Formats: sequence, C-alpha cells, structure tokens
Amino acid sequence: MMRRRYRIMKDESCISCLRCARECSFGAIEAADGKGLVFHHQECTDCQRCVSFCPVGAIYITEDGNRFRRNAVFGEDDIQQIHLQAETGGVLLSSMGAPGSSVPIYFDRILLNASQVTNPSIDPLREPMETSVFLGQRPERILRGSEGRLVDNLPPHLELSTPIMFSAMSYGAISLNVHKALAAAAEELGTYWNTGEGGLHESLYPYKGNTIVQVASGRFGVHGTYLNTAAAIEVKIGQGAKPGIGGHLTGAKIIGDVSKTRMVPEGLDAISPAPHHDIYSIEDLAQLVMSIKEATDYSKPVMVKAAAVHNIAPIASGIARSGADIISIDGYRGGTGAAPLRIRDNVGIPIELAIASVDQRLREERIRDRVSIIASGGIRNSADAVKAIALGADAVSIGTAALCALGCHICASCHTGRCAWGIATQDPDLTRRLDPGKGAARLVNLVNAWTREIKEIMGGMGINSIEALRGNRMALRGVGLNEKELGILGIGYAGE
Amino acid sequence: MEALDIRECGLEGIRKHGDGEITVTGCLGERYIGCGMKEGVLRIKGTPGNALASYLDGGTVLVDGNAQDAAADTMNAGLLAVNGSAGDALAYGMRGGRAYVLGDAGYRAGVHMKAYGERKSILVIGGRTGSFLGEYLAGGIIIVLGLGYEGKDITGYFCGNGMYAGTIYLRTGKVPLNLSDKLVKRNVEEEEKEDILRPIITDFASVFSISARRCLEGGFIAIEADGSKSYSQLYAAV
Amino acid sequence: MKKEGEIRISSGCAISGIFCRDGRRIPGEAIRKSIAVMHSRSNGLGGGFAAYGIYPQYRDFFALHIFYDSQSSREETERFLDSHFDIINLSKIPTRPTPRIQDAPLIWRYFVQPLPHMLQDSQLDEDEYTSRAVIRINDSIEGSYVVSCGKDMGVFKAVGYPEDVADFYRIEEYEGYSWTAHGRYPTNTPGWWAGAHPFSLLDLTVAHNGEISSYDANRRAVEMYGYSCNLLTDTEVIAYMLDYLTRKQGLTLRECSEVIAAPFWSTISMKGEEERARLSYLRKMFSSFLVTGPFSILVGFRGGMMALNDRLKLRSLVAAEKGSTVYFSSEEAAIRIIEEDPDRIWAPRGGEAVIVTLGREAG
Repeated sequence: MMRRRYRIMKDESCISCLRCARECSFGAIEAADGKGLVFHHQECTDCQRCVSFCPVGAIYITEDGNRFRRNAVFGEDDIQQIHLQAETGGVLLSSMGAPGSSVPIYFDRILLNASQVTNPSIDPLREPMETSVFLGQRPERILRGSEGRLVDNLPPHLELSTPIMFSAMSYGAISLNVHKALAAAAEELGTYWNTGEGGLHESLYPYKGNTIVQVASGRFGVHGTYLNTAAAIEVKIGQGAKPGIGGHLTGAKIIGDVSKTRMVPEGLDAISPAPHHDIYSIEDLAQLVMSIKEATDYSKPVMVKAAAVHNIAPIASGIARSGADIISIDGYRGGTGAAPLRIRDNVGIPIELAIASVDQRLREERIRDRVSIIASGGIRNSADAVKAIALGADAVSIGTAALCALGCHICASCHTGRCAWGIATQDPDLTRRLDPGKGAARLVNLVNAWTREIKEIMGGMGINSIEALRGNRMALRGVGLNEKELGILGIGYAGE
Repeated sequence: MEALDIRECGLEGIRKHGDGEITVTGCLGERYIGCGMKEGVLRIKGTPGNALASYLDGGTVLVDGNAQDAAADTMNAGLLAVNGSAGDALAYGMRGGRAYVLGDAGYRAGVHMKAYGERKSILVIGGRTGSFLGEYLAGGIIIVLGLGYEGKDITGYFCGNGMYAGTIYLRTGKVPLNLSDKLVKRNVEEEEKEDILRPIITDFASVFSISARRCLEGGFIAIEADGSKSYSQLYAAV
Repeated sequence: MKKEGEIRISSGCAISGIFCRDGRRIPGEAIRKSIAVMHSRSNGLGGGFAAYGIYPQYRDFFALHIFYDSQSSREETERFLDSHFDIINLSKIPTRPTPRIQDAPLIWRYFVQPLPHMLQDSQLDEDEYTSRAVIRINDSIEGSYVVSCGKDMGVFKAVGYPEDVADFYRIEEYEGYSWTAHGRYPTNTPGWWAGAHPFSLLDLTVAHNGEISSYDANRRAVEMYGYSCNLLTDTEVIAYMLDYLTRKQGLTLRECSEVIAAPFWSTISMKGEEERARLSYLRKMFSSFLVTGPFSILVGFRGGMMALNDRLKLRSLVAAEKGSTVYFSSEEAAIRIIEEDPDRIWAPRGGEAVIVTLGREAG
C-alpha cells in the first residue's frame, strides 16, 4: 500500500465551498455526494494548490505524523523506496532538481564584498549601472581596414539587458502557455528563452528575436524554419538533472499540438537517445556546430549545453574549440520534467565548482575571452546569480525559479503530468489555469526585481558594469569551506 | 585692510582674525581655508587647496582665481564667491548660504544640496559644469548660466540623477544630455524668472561686478523631480 | 602579517606630470616641486618618478633599474642577465643619504641589449624578448625586482614622501622631456619599495591615483596573456593591460582609453552611427579590460604622455598648457607652483584621454 506522506487538514472555518476539491488534480481531495470533502491523503503531493485557493484559509497540509522506526542508516525514504521497488521492479522516477541536503550549496558558503572608504560605493537607483551582457565569440585579434579604421570582425552576439535568461524547458514537458509566458517575458525584458528539445510552436514564431531553439539528440521539430526562427541555436549534450541520460516523453503526452510541434505521430513515444548518435567524439561536435552554422548562414551564435560532470573543465575547453560561441553549463541541482531518481541525486557536480573550474581552465588555456559561459542549475535568487558571475560566468539561466514565478511550489511531481498549477501538464483543463499574459508579467517582475538587486550588490562593491564583476573572485570570500574547496573556487576565506 | 601670507601665518593666523576683513596671499594648495568660519571676510589670492570654505557658517570667502575640489562642502551659511572656476564636488551637501562660481564647475557640483526651514542653499555657476550636476538634490536652488557657452551643452551627462527635491535652473533651451526619465523639465515662465531668478542672479552679478542683464538674457529651463516616480515602489517588504 | 605583494593593498594618491612637446629636456627639480605641493595626499609610504629622455648616450639600449634584497639575488640576476643580454654598462644608481628614506634595497642600473643569437632563436622581437625576461626575473628570482626596463627612460621610486624620494635619487641631476611623479597613500604599513609608483613595463609607465573595483576581473584577464601580476597593485594591472592592448593588439592609446574607461552604453547610443559601431566593437571585444572604480592615471610612453580619468571622474585631474609644455596634476596648485600663468588650464572629462606627443598639440 502506498505510504501516506502528507496529511490534508482543515479547520472549523471551512465553508464547504469545495474549491479545494476542484483545484486538486491528483485526486487527493474528493467532493463526495452529500458527504462533503473526502481526503485521500496518500495521493497528496503537497503542491499547495488547494491551500492557495481556499477562500477562507481553512485547509493546510502537514507531514504525516506516522513514522517508521528511526534508523540512522536506513532512513524512511530509503525503506519506502525499497518497498516500492520490491513491489514494482521499477527504476525510480523523479522530477525537478536534486533535493538532497548532503551536497553543499556553495552559494550559501560564499559572502560578497562591499566598498568602504578607499573606493566609493554607488547608488544604483541614481547613478548609471550597467547590466547589459553580450554573449558570443571574440576573435583573437582586432582587424583594421583602410586608413587604419577598426573593422568589426566579431561573430554574431546575443545582447542581454540583464545577465539572466530562461533555461531550456520543452513543450511537452511543460505546457504551451508556459512557453508563451516565457517568450513574452523574454521579449519584454530584453533577454532570451529557450525552447528545449520539443520544437517551437508556430504561434511563438513572432518571438524569434528572443528565442533560443534547441537541437537535442531526439531532433524533435528540428527543420530549417525552426533553426532560422531563433536568435541562437543550442546543441544540448546533457542537463544537470540527468547527465548521460536521454529523455522519454510517453505517447500519452504526444497529443494535438505537441505531436505537431515535435513532428512525432500522436500516441507514439518521443525518445531522446542518451547521446547524439552523430557525436561520439569532440570532433563530431565541431561537425554538428559547423553544420548548424552553415544551415543558418553564420548569422547566429551556436551554444552547446553540457551537464556539470567531473571533467567538465576539459570538456568545456573542447567545446570552446569546437566553434561553439557560448557554453552553457548546467549543475547538479538543475531541474527536469522527469529523470531517474538515482541519476538526479547522484550524478554530476554543483554548478559553483563547475563554473570556477571551467573559468580557470579556459583562462589557463588563454581562451576564456573567446567564448561566453552561462551557468545554470539551482540559481535561486539574485545573490546566487552575482556569485556565479563573480566565479566566472557571463550570465545565468533560470528554470525552476521561473516556474516558481508561474506558481510552481516544487512538489516534484512533473513526471505524473498532473501538475495542478497547469505548468508541467498537457491536460487542457489544467493548462488553462495558467494565463500566459499574467504569467509573463510575473516573470518580468521577478527578473526586474533580481536585476535591481544585482545592481544594488554591484553598487555596494563600487562596480558599475557587469563585465567588471565577471570572474572578479576577489569580490568573494568563503565560510565553512576547506582549503580544497577554496582552491577550486579560487577564493579566499572570510577575514583573509 | 590687513594682508597675511599664508606661508607665514598658516591656517591658525587666518582663524585669529575674527570678524575683520583680511587678504590672504600666497595660497598654493593649502587645504581647509575658511573651514567652519562664522564671520568676517577673507580675500584669497593664489590657488587655495581642497575643502575651501567647507562648513562655512557665516562670513564671506572671496577667491581671486580658481578653487580646487570640495569647495563649500557641507556649507551652512555665508557666501563663497570664486572669481575663476571650481574643481569637482563643489558644494556637496550644502545646507544654506550662497556659493557663487563665475567660471566653470567640475563634476558633481551641488550633489545632495538641501533646504530646511529658513535655510536654503543657493549655488550659481556662471559657466558650465561637468557631469552629475545636482545629483541627489534634496532641496535648494542650482543655477547654471552658461555664459560664453551659448548654444552649447552647459551641463554634462546624468544631470540631476536621483534628485528628489529642489530645482536646477539652466539658462539654455537645450535639455541636458541623457536626462533621467524620473525628472521633468519645464520652461521657466516670466513670473518665476522675475520672482526667483532675478534677485539671485542680480546679487551674483553684483558680487563679480558683471552685467546682470546679460546673465538674465534669454530663456531658462527648470529641472525637477517627477513626484509620481518615487523609488519606494521598487521595494517589497519580506 | 601578510606583506604587500602577498595581499592586495588599497591606496589613494597624488600624481603630477610635465611633458615638453618640443623635446626640450628639463631637470627633475620642477617635477619634485610640483608633487611636493600635494604632500598631504601621500603618507610617506611610497613616492616615485618616471623620466624619459634621460639616457641619450644609451638611447638604443634597454635601461634596467633593479632592486635587490641581497647580494645573492643580485648575483643570481646578473647570471641570468649575462646569459640573455649583452650588458653594455652597469652601476649602482647614485643616491644621497636622506634621513627619511630608510631600508633601501641595493639599487642597480644596467644598459643591455638582447644577445643576438638568443634573440634570433627565440623568434621574438626585442621588446617581447626583454619583457619576458623581466617578467621572469620578477616572478622567479627571490629578492630581485625590475623597476623599469625601457629605452632612454627610467623609474625612480622608494618608500617615502615623493620629495624625499627625489632627494634620495638626486633627481635634479637628470634631464628629461617627460616626467611623471607619484605620491602614495597606501592603507598598510610598512610601505613596500616595489609597490611604489610609477609601475612600468618596457617604455610604458603608469602612475595611478585611486582604487579600481574591477581589479580581479582585469587581473585574471591580463594573466591569460602571459603577464604575472605579482605586486597585486592596480597600477601593475593597468600597465599590463595597456601593454597588451597597445603592443599585442595594436590599439592606439586613444582606443585603449575607450576600452578601459569605456563610455556608458547610454552614452554610446547617443553617438553617430560610425562612432557608435566603433565604440560598441571595442567594448564587446575587450569587455574584460573595462576598469571600474575611481582612477586617474598618467601614462608615460616613448615620445608621449596620456592622462586619463575613470568614466565617472571619481578622482581629480587638472591639465594645463604653457607654450609647448603640458602639465597634469591631481591639484591645480601643483601646476601653479611651477607655472604660475598657464595659457590654458582645464579639467579633462571623465573617460576622455588627453594624449600629448612630441611635436604635436595637446588633444
């Protein structure tokens, strides 16, 4: 029998309006005829939808009081998972990012600097403070034309008004309304959203200038128009939540426009192979990057996204030499719509360490200025973004945080397809819960607020342009870190 | 009138003179001349150093040539009149009195000048200024006449950034370069020119013995904070 | 306690410069007088001078000014020099006992040229050959520090007030067409001889007033290109950046100023199309070289001088002209003391370089 994890509770203020039952998409709350509300606690995912919509604040969710016998080695989750696997023989499936507490969040052990006396801090609301970022390749040398005039020999760049972009999340994993909200927000903010590997719905073609289209191993919905209806193209090698693992969107979700956009027949599974079977080596990556450039007339930057794994530094160096313009690195805590739990929780390394080692490696190889780096995977707030940039990223990308702006409470049930917030689902009754216009406005608010905070932080350090923050590791100090960790992060200890 | 050579008497000697009028000669970079002075008149020859007439609290400081940085810093009352130009950070946080500069001012003139009750700070610059004029202005009046720069930009970039009270008057029809959208610019009507600008500018002209008519010639524009665009809306309490 | 060189130390400062566009060589007394006026901008923990045109009899040789902590570091360095350069002349740099200048290292001067066969084997030009050799000495020979290494120029610096440093080095006995001076106000004690300004590489010298907030971003960028910032000072980073941008990228000094003190994007957007494209290109191409935070610098180079403020003009800088002589200083008084009645005196705008060269008008 399924273990009850949460308990749905209500107090006497309940007016029996049954709103909670209508909102619950997991079948945990039932409006039984004549009997009022019936709770099926074992179905509850703690998504907080019912709580958010209860007009009188009567309902709430608690952890179930029942506990397994305490054991310091075999925790309750361990035992529960053994029971489930014994029953089913199945690989455990999960979603969102690794929730574990045993892997440090380095962002929380890094503190920022501020100016005092020797250098003025800056009030960002009243003085100029620049957050524009240009992503793309830089040639090694300047070029001069006639009369010694400088010739612009820069390959195409992406221009971001703020160093925050939206991570790749595919149509199929999330709803079209989410894509609409992301696209509209990216356009208003002057940044970019990313289609993920599920193709680009035709209704979003007008957002071309702020769209990054992805080419993944499944090549869903990839065609000439797709590649050219974008500001940049991203080759996805891997993602932080499931490095080395492909994707599997079940036939049940391949319906209607998802089928059309992915160009996969209705009802047929959409399988993303684990690797690109045309990339078995680094020179093959160069071939794919260059073929995409050829197909798009060298008019757009090509990005390569890889998961942060143990040897990410040399991998990034290889990517940089493959002709790619931008390297996107997704850390251990990155989210997903569905991934094997053991992979999500055990494979890869935290983004902080990955960015630090990649940035340092590219500098040692003297090619850091040639490419741009995007960091993602567990960026929760503006301070995380600032720290990622000071460690060496050009910009950050947010997925989970963007979904939270749209209502997500990280119940990590995306893989069920029953998302009560209308985000990770294709059920039309659920997807209509998310109004793309209102969603876009919330995304814009979020990114604007973070951008203002980034300016406040930069101002405190006396830095008035984001490029002077990039790789500026003296702006950082560690607490609670050992020598090795400080060494990899390339920062001093607080007080040093 | 008594004349003192600063190289001999030092700041101490100047401080001792009380409410009389003296000429200070031989100045070359000596800082803090007239600092906190409450009464009397100093006539300065040479190039006085930084923080001239800072905290000035009455009395008059007249400079023959140029002033360096941070003149009239946090000035409270009295008159500073510079016959030449002033350096950067002129009249920072000035709370009252008159600071007149016949020539140009450097960057960040009149930053965070204030007004409170009877006290109202007045800064008049005859020439032009560098960037960030009147940044964070919290009260008082800044006037830039642009004498000799007719038809040209008479302020730098970021004029009035972040100001939330007070007024910047410019004798020009040109809107300052990259003026913040949190500020409003308006043309000064005849009545305001007569009531507010004429008395100040006439006084300015008489201090330097120049023609007030020339200083008042042509139209003025005024820059003020746009009250509808407060910064508080940018915050959300946790 | 970590000493300077092991840890980055902030400092404020005074700078002063004199440049004779007609190539007239003037004694060091004038620059000493000028920088001394700004005594209170220094705290006695660093002063120095850069002079150009002072070694006409050796104008074709690299002049190395070197500090040694000990005889053994001198011997090791001289062995290294012997195996890489032809040493034309060597001597102690003459000094005079000055009570306020203490703990002097051994201070030597060498006029050298690269050994022809070594130079040929290295496939480098003589500037690159020499700069690599100097970086190697500073990096790997304990207790040995090359203060300057250009041709027909030299840097004289010490821990002390700049006027005392001038007396110590008998600066009045040198004659140059271009002089810069620096008085330092670091936030640490004791001062450090090598940490004084100007800082130099080959013919390029930098005297700097301020503290940059982009330090580590700039340092890590320039270290990519073979420089080693072992002094941990802003000035060293700025000097290396300028060397990289001019000598290795071929930018003009004006273009360098548009990189390190780049106009704001909002300012660039107000320019005409061609200028907008040019400035955007420089900013995008060299984004790691943008310097933020307060600085005013005097850059000496062969046949010229550049004065530059940060783009917000957070440090003071005054310029003046009298006939063919150009003056720069942190304070007007420091110019007036040597030129009471200049033809023109002005404050350059933030980010707008003033560059003067032999035989040309200031612009």
